[in-house]
Parts: sequence; structure tokens; C-alpha cells
Amino acid sequence: MSVLAQQLVLGLLIGGLYGLAAAGLSLVFGVLKVLNVAHGELIMLGGYGAFWLVALLGLDAFASLALVIPGALLLGVVLYAALFGFVVRADEETRVKNSLLIGFGLALALQALAVRLWTADERSVPTPYGGGVFTVAGLAIPAVRLLSLVLAFALILALELLLTRWRWGQAIRATAEDWEAALLAGIDVRRAYLLAFALGTALAGAAGTLVTVAYSVSPSIGLEWTLKALIVVVLAGLGSVLGTFVGGLVLGVAEAASAAAFGGPYREVVGLVIFVVVLLVRPRGLFGR
Amino acid sequence: MAGGDVTRPRLELADVEAAYGDLRAVLGVSLSIDAGEIVALLGPNGAGKSTLLRTVAGLLRPRAGTIRWDGEDLTRVDAHRIVERGIALVPEGRRLFGGMTVTENLELGAFAPRGRVARAASLDRVFALFPVLAERRRQRVAALSGGQQQMVAVGRALMANPRLLMLDEPSLGIAPQLVQAILEVLLTINATGVGILLVEQNVQAALGLAHRGYVLETGRIVAQGTGAELLRDPHVRRAYLGPLAVRA
Repeated sequence: MSVLAQQLVLGLLIGGLYGLAAAGLSLVFGVLKVLNVAHGELIMLGGYGAFWLVALLGLDAFASLALVIPGALLLGVVLYAALFGFVVRADEETRVKNSLLIGFGLALALQALAVRLWTADERSVPTPYGGGVFTVAGLAIPAVRLLSLVLAFALILALELLLTRWRWGQAIRATAEDWEAALLAGIDVRRAYLLAFALGTALAGAAGTLVTVAYSVSPSIGLEWTLKALIVVVLAGLGSVLGTFVGGLVLGVAEAASAAAFGGPYREVVGLVIFVVVLLVRPRGLFGR
Repeated sequence: MAGGDVTRPRLELADVEAAYGDLRAVLGVSLSIDAGEIVALLGPNGAGKSTLLRTVAGLLRPRAGTIRWDGEDLTRVDAHRIVERGIALVPEGRRLFGGMTVTENLELGAFAPRGRVARAASLDRVFALFPVLAERRRQRVAALSGGQQQMVAVGRALMANPRLLMLDEPSLGIAPQLVQAILEVLLTINATGVGILLVEQNVQAALGLAHRGYVLETGRIVAQGTGAELLRDPHVRRAYLGPLAVRA
């Protein structure tokens, strides 16, 4: 029993990162109607950003977020200006096709770049408190993973506040609901697209940093994270930031439970089962509008 | 709102051609709306009325012709900047942000600087015109009745502080007693100097309200005149008012 409980706790801890990873994908998909299949590679880049900041500048691993997030925002602006800004000019059908091509191309290019810059080795960042473990009711909780979960939740709350309180956050939500009505309200929807994409990239960068600190990073983690994020987006549905975070926690716990019940190899299967079941039973997701 | 405007903006369309995909084309329409005028645009479904309004609002680029407003050529101006120039459209089907509250919808209407500077006063004004919206300001618009949603749609457009308000079938799908209420509100709005371009299926009501009207059929203007003239026009009576109206 306590082995199962321990597994579930670890699942919950990684689930927060699934939620954060999915929040960025969900934002971009909900607003631009573009599925960015390179989202996982942006997470990977964020991880290496943190790795560099720790290795080269000697920053604290978590403090590197303060530089990774603005850096990723900027990268998002550049990627939108160079690639995705052209995609959103097309009608929605063409948009999906073009965005998949651009996304896969970008993913491959970023993977190759990462191998070149950092080799294919798995990297992690040391923290002074890295080995710390809390014990609560007989359950071991690794300190860095707990801190990662807390920071992920804080970032989700910050996103929720931005989207509800900030003028342009409201404009982003309006554009997601009905871009023509947003135009008629006087909103420059191109700018709303740009902001949403930049925010999505910043969320990916932050998620990558936390993944690298709490776990590890390698050039090939992108696809796995894109898939996890996509499963969470389908599970939670579009339009609810907090719902997406909860969806991440659910996936993390479900994976841990299935690994405990059927063995480690089945960890990855449960997400795909969830994916299919949600699409069949409740296509708009648990919290979708 | 814009009651104290010094300029007297006039909307002028010359030989405007537009199409939504391949359908519902506008084939060379010329018309004008003077400052503070109420103009009705009539015609059967598919005549191009909505296409014309969407073109003026900037959602569609005209394929030919010019749209001038207050002396400026709007033909290549983006839709969100046209709102800033003082032209607001209440689109067909209302197109509200259903997941948001009444207040959020209204405040988004004041997103452009022109609306933002007058936001508080505009909000008071909308709530004075539609008191029921003040009571429901915290409700999601998806929970409102069709008529109340139409009030939000008109209110959202007013929040942009327009000098010309265009409405696409505001009476569609709402209770008859509310139709009259909404049309009467248009008179109140017009009394503050706001011009109105109204597309409406209820021809009798629209012409009773409007100073002038145009009849659009298959993309072309086929008749125009004052409300009274059009109500007497045999073609208009036959086509839009039905056989009963001929006796009246």
C-alpha cells in the first residue's frame, strides 16, 4: 500500500509539470488554432537554457527561471514573426496543414541544433539542496520536485491572472472565442496572436527549466513532452487554465497508478487510453467550453 | 458619447464590389449616409446586405470601388482601426464572447483608445439604455435570453463610442416585444448624433424608423428613397410587405 502511495505522490509531482507544459500548448492552440508540434522542443530548449545558465553563470537552478522566461518570450516573438505569423493568415483548414509542416520541421531542426550544441547526452543540473527529501506520513517527497510543482502552480496562477486581469489578456481570450468579433471590438487580433504565441513559448521554457532541475533533459525529450501536453489538452479541454493544470495532475497520477498496477511499461499506455476515451465520451474535455 | 463632435462624418460608398467566398456578392453598390442619419438597407436573403456591412467594417476587402468616411479612404484600413475611426458593427448572430460576463463583453467593446477614454460614461449609458443588463452584469452572456444577448451586442458596439452604428438583423431570433424595444433604443442613440445603418427583415418597422432606405437585390441597389417613399413604392410593397400590405 505504501509503495502505491509513494508512486502516486511521485506521479502527482510530475503531473504539475505536465500541466504547465500543456498550458502553453493549450494557449497557442486555443487562440491561433495552430497545433504547435514543436512545443516539446521548446520545452527542451528551455531546459538547456537553464542548464547553460547554471553551468556557465553559476546561477541557482530555480533562479535561472528569471532569465529563461524572458528569453523564451523573446524566442516566441521571433518564431512567430519568422514562421507562425504566416500560418495564421491562411484559412483554418490550410492553417492546420501548414502548421503541422512548420512544426515538424522546427522540431527536427531544434533537435539537431541541440545535439550539436549539447551532445545527445542526458543532462541534469545540480542544486545545493538537490538530495533533500521530506518525509510526510512515511512518504518520501524529493525537495526539488516539490519545489518544481509549487513553482509550476505559481506560474499557472500568474497566467490565469494575466488572462483575466490584463487588458491584452482579455483580448487574447476574446480572440480565442471569436476572432472576428474581437476585430469588431477594436482588438488587433494579430497582436493577440503574437502575444499568445510568445506566452506559450515562455510557458514551455519555464516547464523545460523545471523538468531539467527536477528530472533531466536530452535533445530527444521533445516528442514525449509534446504528446504528454497534447493528452492533457484533450483531457482538460480548451479555455480553462486551472483546468489544464488539474488535467496534468490527473495524467501524472493515472500514469503512476497504471505503472503500479500493471508494471512500468504500461506507464505510457494510460495516457493514450485517456486520449481515446475522452475523445469518444467527452470530446470537449473535462473543463472545456 | 460623440454628441459634441465638431466634424460631421459622412460615409460614402462608390461602386463597391465584394464577395464572401464566391457567394453573396456585392456588385457595384454606391450609397451614402450623412452624419446623424438613420438609413435602412433592405433586401431578400442573399442579396449581399451582410457582405456589404462586413466590407464597410473591414472584415472583407472590397474587390473594387471605394469606401470613404469623414474624407478618408477606408478601403485598405484594418477592421480594428475602422472601429477606432468611429464605425461599429453589431454583427449578424450577435457574436458575443459567450464564456465571459456581460461586463467583460461590454468592456471589450471599449478596447480601442477611442472607446477606452469614454469607458465609464459609455458603460453608464449602456446600463441606462438597457437597465436589465445592469442587473445581470455579472452573468455569463451564454445564460441570457436572445433579446438580452442582442442588448449586449448593441451595448458592446456602443462602448466603442461610434459615430456610425451598423446593425445586421438585430431582430433576428428574439421575442417580438423586445424587437420594438431595441428599435426604439436606436432612436435614442440616434438622437445623440450617432448615424445608423440598419439591415432589417422587418421592413415596416425599419422604414418607419429610418430617414432613408436602400433596397439591395442580387448585389445591386434597385430602389432608394425616404422611408415614406419606399413604403409607397409598389415593388417594395409587393416584394417585402406582402399582399396584405397592399390594401393598407
